[in-house]
Amino acid sequence: MRYIDPHIHMVSRTTDDYRRMAKAGCVAISEPAFWAGFDRSSVDGFRDYFRHLTEFEAKRAATYGIQHFTWICINAKEAENVELAREVIKIIPEFLDNPSVLGIGEIGLNKNTPNEVTVFREQVELALEYDELILIHTPHLEDKYQGTRMILDILSEYPKINPERVCIDHVEEHTIKLALDAGYWVGMTLYPVSKCTPARAADMIERYGTERIMVNSAADWGPSDPLAVPEFILEMRRRGHKEEDIARVVYENPIKFFSGSRRWKPSPALSANLEV
Amino acid sequence: MSYQEVLNREFLETRWLILQLAAALDRLDRAGAPKEGDERIDQLRKALNVLNDHEAERAERVQLIFSREYDPNWRD
Ligand SMILES: [Zn+2]
Repeated sequence: MRYIDPHIHMVSRTTDDYRRMAKAGCVAISEPAFWAGFDRSSVDGFRDYFRHLTEFEAKRAATYGIQHFTWICINAKEAENVELAREVIKIIPEFLDNPSVLGIGEIGLNKNTPNEVTVFREQVELALEYDELILIHTPHLEDKYQGTRMILDILSEYPKINPERVCIDHVEEHTIKLALDAGYWVGMTLYPVSKCTPARAADMIERYGTERIMVNSAADWGPSDPLAVPEFILEMRRRGHKEEDIARVVYENPIKFFSGSRRWKPSPALSANLEV
Repeated sequence: MSYQEVLNREFLETRWLILQLAAALDRLDRAGAPKEGDERIDQLRKALNVLNDHEAERAERVQLIFSREYDPNWRD
């Protein structure tokens, strides 16, 4: 089955991963800007990273017939240095004309601190100013519930926000309903130990349906699986779910969400399957 | 899938998960008495109780046991 991984950090993965993903049916991915495992020391460090995302990764992915989309931002983990974060926010518009950029992300909270809230708000405002889609990271483990509620509180302060242009990512059993009920898209992340499993993701699909829900691997430099979405497809099949329902979650839904970007331009291979 | 189908499919794995859990708790016991006031032990106990009750949404309730509290007035 053709699928899209709407959240994966390919700068941390090898070319062999692209090959295996392509063989497993991956036709497109979207890569949010995130924390590289250590804090960058200057705005130029971020500029190089954004160039890596917008220039280099697209070419590497294309070698395997995978269309590469990306998101630009300063992540929550590096938001504690508000001064540097503001310098980074200033250069983000330089990248918003790049055809592979879908919007601002993954912004959000990590430890739910006041500085993180400040930097999150300023990037929400930037996204509104430039009419960009927003991809939101919610915290891990014990901080997830509190952080997700705070994020929803903050978003509700902006009447200009259209919830259909925002995805709340890494939802789990205790946060999915909050985000869906408020009208947002949600992402379920299949990630060992700290997030969700294919079986629990399938449970949530059975519980909440296939509308405005996506599934991703969020594979990065930590223990993670770039083939997590095919694992989810297999789990859904083993439970007897219809192919069209599975395709809605792993293919049509990402396309539906991404197509809200004013630069959205699917490759011929992607658009050929839009009628699915 | 029917109840019987789900049970057939899940039984061995659930049995395996419960054994994993039992062995992990034994391991904790062998390591001696818990440190006074370690809230993680309370969380584990509360979560185990949820597994054994007959109410719905166990996964969601277990998640909430392991979550920091949310204060709607967090901005103040
Ligand atoms: Zn991520």
